[in-house]
Amino acid sequence: MGKLEGKVAFITGAARGQGRSHAVRLAQEGADVIAVDLCGQVGSVGYPLATADDLAETVRQVEALDRRIVATHADVRDTAALKAAVDEGVAQLGRLDIVLANAGIASFAPVEDLDDAMWDDMLDINLTGVFKTVRAALPHLRAGGRGGAIVLTSSTAGIMGLPNLAHYVAAKHGVVGLMKVLALELAPEMIRVNSVHPTSVDTDMIHNEQTYGVFRPDKPAGEVTRDDVGEAFQGLNALPVKWVDPVDISNAILFLVSDDARYVTGVQLPVDAGSVIK
Amino acid sequence: MGKLEGKVAFITGAARGQGRSHAVRLAEEGADIIAVDLLEQVGTIDYPMSSQADLDETVSQVEALDRRIHAVKADVRDIEALTAAYRAGVAELGPVDIVLANAGIAQLGSAEPDPVVTFNDVVDINLRGVWNTVWPIAQDMVDRGQGGAIVLTSSTQGLTGRGSDGSAGALGYAAAKHGVVGLMRSFANWLSPHGIRVNTVHPTGVSTPMVMNEVIGKYVAENPDAAAMVANLMPVDLIEARDISNAIAFLVSDEGRYITGVTLPVDAGFLAR
Repeated sequence: MGKLEGKVAFITGAARGQGRSHAVRLAQEGADVIAVDLCGQVGSVGYPLATADDLAETVRQVEALDRRIVATHADVRDTAALKAAVDEGVAQLGRLDIVLANAGIASFAPVEDLDDAMWDDMLDINLTGVFKTVRAALPHLRAGGRGGAIVLTSSTAGIMGLPNLAHYVAAKHGVVGLMKVLALELAPEMIRVNSVHPTSVDTDMIHNEQTYGVFRPDKPAGEVTRDDVGEAFQGLNALPVKWVDPVDISNAILFLVSDDARYVTGVQLPVDAGSVIK
Repeated sequence: MGKLEGKVAFITGAARGQGRSHAVRLAEEGADIIAVDLLEQVGTIDYPMSSQADLDETVSQVEALDRRIHAVKADVRDIEALTAAYRAGVAELGPVDIVLANAGIAQLGSAEPDPVVTFNDVVDINLRGVWNTVWPIAQDMVDRGQGGAIVLTSSTQGLTGRGSDGSAGALGYAAAKHGVVGLMRSFANWLSPHGIRVNTVHPTGVSTPMVMNEVIGKYVAENPDAAAMVANLMPVDLIEARDISNAIAFLVSDEGRYITGVTLPVDAGFLAR
């Protein structure tokens, strides 16, 4: 008997990386899934984003667990598309209990080199997209009258500053503010709201030419390998690890959305190998 | 297959309340337990502390799960006696993988004939007792080189002073529980290179004999302002010891394998208000 038997979870950015891992982990515990992803590029992002094939693979993995999944191409910047996706998902799956606002992008530049598109895309997706996700889902959560659990994916950059990431840091700190207000507003209905704060996670968002260039500016662009960046990534963490796995974030989220954490709300939970306290 | 199969956990204050709940929860996941408790009264505390019968009940509940338990009387204020109890447990059950520094007292809402003694007792048990518990074991964990997980029980009063009435008991409690966070952060930095993780949990009021006793009941009834110390955001008055145990079971298991240096409230939103 899984910990989430009979529950339905709405997950953004579910085509790959952490989002896919969350979909699979929650499905392993018995949840059905409403999955959305942009499945397209964003102008200011210098690495390949997820594709329709990626989302199809998430569908395959969830269905392989004998759980149902309703997957839609939707942009977290598009209120109407989000609403349509979650409305359709609830119509097919019958209810909504869990919301994971996971979709996010990364780009890098010192403040004076951040152009308007980098700043605007970042805030639109990593902060406003979280707001739009939760707003689209809330009527369904409340309608159930059974409480619920929301987890917003922030970052260690939601707790501390990191150079070259002013836009990302601002957005991820903003997510914490949103989480705190949602926790206040929704506690009377037993809807719990928390944020997770991952350090570097072993996904395509860090393993790409753009990010490698930031971590190894000493090497020619395009020639930096996974092995070349390990030491620099490990330098961010207190525990002797380079990065954590997507499932480590999924396990923390599973704890937060399950009855094991039925009285945990308003909490920022780092899964960061000690990066913040270092 | 439990999440803690083959592990050994050292738990202070294990005779009843949260400590017993942790022992049982970890045993359910396959851990063996070394349990210690004071089993006698502390001078300035006017609610009944745990007894040998309480510790015996913890033993029987763990054994009913087919796990082993080494349970002895020991005072967290006495580092030598505590370490001896720990070593005797290791001799019987093997090296410790998990440490739960749970033992604590609260002197709230009663007369304080000698506030200096009250303050010292609370800090001695709730702060120095945590250092006494962790420091010797952590050195063994480092030498052993197999990592480990340590959870220190702080409190909502380890992250806020809300509701204080200025009594020595309340001030000592908040000071000690804040101090536990400092210990956790310092331990976490020291132990991270060795793969040993250290976190705190911050419960709101839990339905245990430390809170559910006549002294505190009378105090809250007579001092509506004191209710601020236990007023949660979620519509729930007291939470269950099991809720803290579930958070700890997550933190010490492989599901929390990269979580260290974290303050984890289990507080029905008390701190979010």
